[in-house]
Amino acid sequence: MKASDCKEVFALLSQYLDRELPDDICQEIDSHIADCPPCIQFVESLKKSIELCRECAPAEEPSPLPEPARARLQAAYEKALAERRKAEG
Amino acid sequence: MALARSLLAGEPGAFDRFVETYRPKIFQYTYLMCGHREDAEEVAQETLLRVFEKLDQLREPERMKAWVFRIARNACFMKRRKSTFAPTHELSLDELMPTFRGDGEERKLEIADWSSLPDDQAIRSQLQRLLRKTIQELPDIYRAVILLRDMEELSTQETAEVLDITEDTVKTRLHRARLAVRKKLDHYLRGGNGEPQ
Ligand SMILES: [Zn+2]
Repeated sequence: MKASDCKEVFALLSQYLDRELPDDICQEIDSHIADCPPCIQFVESLKKSIELCRECAPAEEPSPLPEPARARLQAAYEKALAERRKAEG
Repeated sequence: MALARSLLAGEPGAFDRFVETYRPKIFQYTYLMCGHREDAEEVAQETLLRVFEKLDQLREPERMKAWVFRIARNACFMKRRKSTFAPTHELSLDELMPTFRGDGEERKLEIADWSSLPDDQAIRSQLQRLLRKTIQELPDIYRAVILLRDMEELSTQETAEVLDITEDTVKTRLHRARLAVRKKLDHYLRGGNGEPQ
């Protein structure tokens, strides 16, 4: 196993983990990774990093919505609903 | 999706639930893309207003989330033209790759041990903080993609539509963004301070 094979695998790992690769390429990667400790290690680290990202809560919350702003939104909503009903007859 | 349908049907409480659910999401996007809290609040409000104004044009409720982010993206874009932005630099794949030590059978990656990670809550929250900072510091073309794909979990196709780029570009940018995040976290786990190496 050469480092250059690993680098080729590394370059495709997101698509591999997202199941976006054609089956034959996927199988090639599977069989490479199966007995390549550096790739196993790297896949593990990338997977966990993505996992952390998925569970990342927003750092900043918006401040409470002021009443006049809420009222504008509500008015726009009701207008759109009325248009929609009119269009539907 | 159920929320989108009840909103379109005008069901009682749907408006409040929609605002409660989507406002923080929109704000997270506008905050990460605009960088300033005040701008982000303003653009988030403009986005919500446009969403409601255009609601009669939404044909497929199952596409609500991507549709909302598309509006947010355009609102950010309008805002941004008024200020100056640093040109985007491309992240190079080579720089994001881990390095090898030794060769042949002994060949090892210079990489942290990630295997015990899920159990350690303290390290996890530390990493979350670093993760958010890292995402904030990514060039914006990568930031937008990782936010939509991994944090909001939109599909590749939806993300491409929101950002007006091809699916291949989404995949390339996502991979580089993920590698950049992984590298930063890895450096931290190996005892670094999370600053660039
Ligand atoms: Zn390998």
